[in-house]
Amino acid sequence: MIAPGAASTLRHQLIGLGGVIERNWYLVKRYALWEITFFLWTAANTLTIVFIAKGVEATGGRVDVNRLTTILLIGAVIWSYLGIVFEILVETVAWERWEGTIEYTFMAPLSRPVHLIGMGIFAVLYGIVRAAVVFAAIAAFFGLHMPNANFLSALILIGIASVSFIGIGMMTAVLPLISPEKGTQFGYIGQGLMLVVSGVYYPVSVLPEFMEWIARISPATYALRGIRAAILDGAGPAAVWGDIWPLILIGVLSIPLGLAVFRRGERYAKQHGKLKRSG
Amino acid sequence: MLEPALVTRPAAPRALDGVPAVEVVDLRKEFLRRDKKRDGRFARRRRHAALKGVSLTMQRGETVAILGQNGSGKSTLVRLLSTLLLHDGGSATIFGHDVFVEAGAVRRLVNRVSVEASFFKKMSAVENLGYAARFYGMSPKETRRLIPQILDRVGFPAERSGDAMEGLSRGMQQKVALARALLTSPVLLLLDEPTTGLDPRSKKEVQEFIREIRTTHDSTILLCTHDLDEAESLADRVGILHAGALLVLDEPAELKWRYDAPTLEAAFFAATGKQLEDEGDDDEDRGVFA
Ligand SMILES: Nc1ncnc2c1ncn2[C@@H]1O[C@H](COP(=O)(O)OP(=O)(O)OP(=O)(O)O)[C@@H](O)[C@H]1O
Ligand SMILES: [Mg+2]
Repeated sequence: MIAPGAASTLRHQLIGLGGVIERNWYLVKRYALWEITFFLWTAANTLTIVFIAKGVEATGGRVDVNRLTTILLIGAVIWSYLGIVFEILVETVAWERWEGTIEYTFMAPLSRPVHLIGMGIFAVLYGIVRAAVVFAAIAAFFGLHMPNANFLSALILIGIASVSFIGIGMMTAVLPLISPEKGTQFGYIGQGLMLVVSGVYYPVSVLPEFMEWIARISPATYALRGIRAAILDGAGPAAVWGDIWPLILIGVLSIPLGLAVFRRGERYAKQHGKLKRSG
Repeated sequence: MLEPALVTRPAAPRALDGVPAVEVVDLRKEFLRRDKKRDGRFARRRRHAALKGVSLTMQRGETVAILGQNGSGKSTLVRLLSTLLLHDGGSATIFGHDVFVEAGAVRRLVNRVSVEASFFKKMSAVENLGYAARFYGMSPKETRRLIPQILDRVGFPAERSGDAMEGLSRGMQQKVALARALLTSPVLLLLDEPTTGLDPRSKKEVQEFIREIRTTHDSTILLCTHDLDEAESLADRVGILHAGALLVLDEPAELKWRYDAPTLEAAFFAATGKQLEDEGDDDEDRGVFA
């Protein structure tokens, strides 16, 4: 049935990778209404944050409203982007357990790294599209001026940062394997903590010193700082190199770490019979 | 305590090639379980054996049925062979590949149908089969051709192949589950109560189809079931699993002869009844009847 040889194995794994993305796409199509609901929810959430700039001005504060609004918008959009990526990765296990397909996926010859990376690639593509739509909609709503914005730099930064986000997402994906009931919630705690220390709406320098230390190993710190520079000041890819190289470094470390953590979790689940739902 | 009553007789030399399809030796699996104390409080977690040293050999092309009450360890055996559980002792090989060491090689050879037809409920049969086949390396070009063929063979109406799974009856879902398992041409098919909960007609259809696979595919089948007639009519050999131990594994006629029973049902009760008495003490002290 299946010919031996590395080339054929590689081909099968690539087909499997396509299968992961294909399945997620079917789900997006089937839950199309849900997508609209979710968009409205994200947009409303983003608005509550972004209005703060106008609020500060109205209560007598003296700020550059356009600039602060843009900073808040960047923070809110990155927050929701990270939420999407983590949610999809956490649900690698949680959703399939709920549907009951988890055992079929885990007994297939698709290798786990390919499976998880496929989930990550889908999460990033889908997340970038959704984040871009929210960003554009809210920017238009406020009539924001971004005359210098270098969107290419911003996209490069988010793309490279996403490698680390996928790696960290894999680590959170393992939680529902260990705790079927509460695992998913822990994934969201991770997202919140990461953004707090990374200066989501403010520069990291306002944080207490111990948090600043944690910020240094958080990929979101560099992504947020670089994207602000790109959109507010029009920094090109070369100008944000100082934020790109830490992202590459963290990305290169976090993927193998994420895979290793997941592999341990999977072993634990297979040892203690935590994969199954019933039967 | 149970003795490892292994009365397995070596199977007839029917092998198509040297290696047996399945070779399980002294396979053991334990789970941690919180037992209830007699006063109703929960005790510490204790290791509870789900399989207590099971050995069996299956030849290529053979169909073996495993009978056993709820909780006897049937699904645990199937999960171990599917690489979904790690063992606590003994060994298992499938066509010469160690299940716990060469999981990747084993996964290509095996597929499974379980009690529950597990699918993404909002997705259609074709979509569910499509992505699942992709995980086995089958390209969209292959599945576009094969999925309609296989759905037709299991008797799934073509006009419903685009409907969401949640709108299909249990019987139809189970047919799609069979189609999913066969699509990847497994050489070992693990069927874990494939007909439990189906109405008589659906049950007959699924059984008929299993019979067809036996004759048309190069498949070795392990069938776990509660249905004695099903076991007798589909399997070459029947095993009785009781409280994690395989009591016997033999041809149905041999089983009846051994227990001096007119039917397989009588043989099953004779085999497991004896064991129940032996086990009485153990159950009492555990406070549950597994
Ligand atoms: N994941 C698990 N965690 C804890 N205990 C388990 C797990 N899976 C099985 N067991 C225990 O192992 C024993 C055997 O269970 P198994 O599911 O293999 O039985 P079965 O023969 O398939 O039963 P049924 O006919 O009800 O499907 C039972 O006592 C069960 O409680
Ligand atoms: Mg079972």
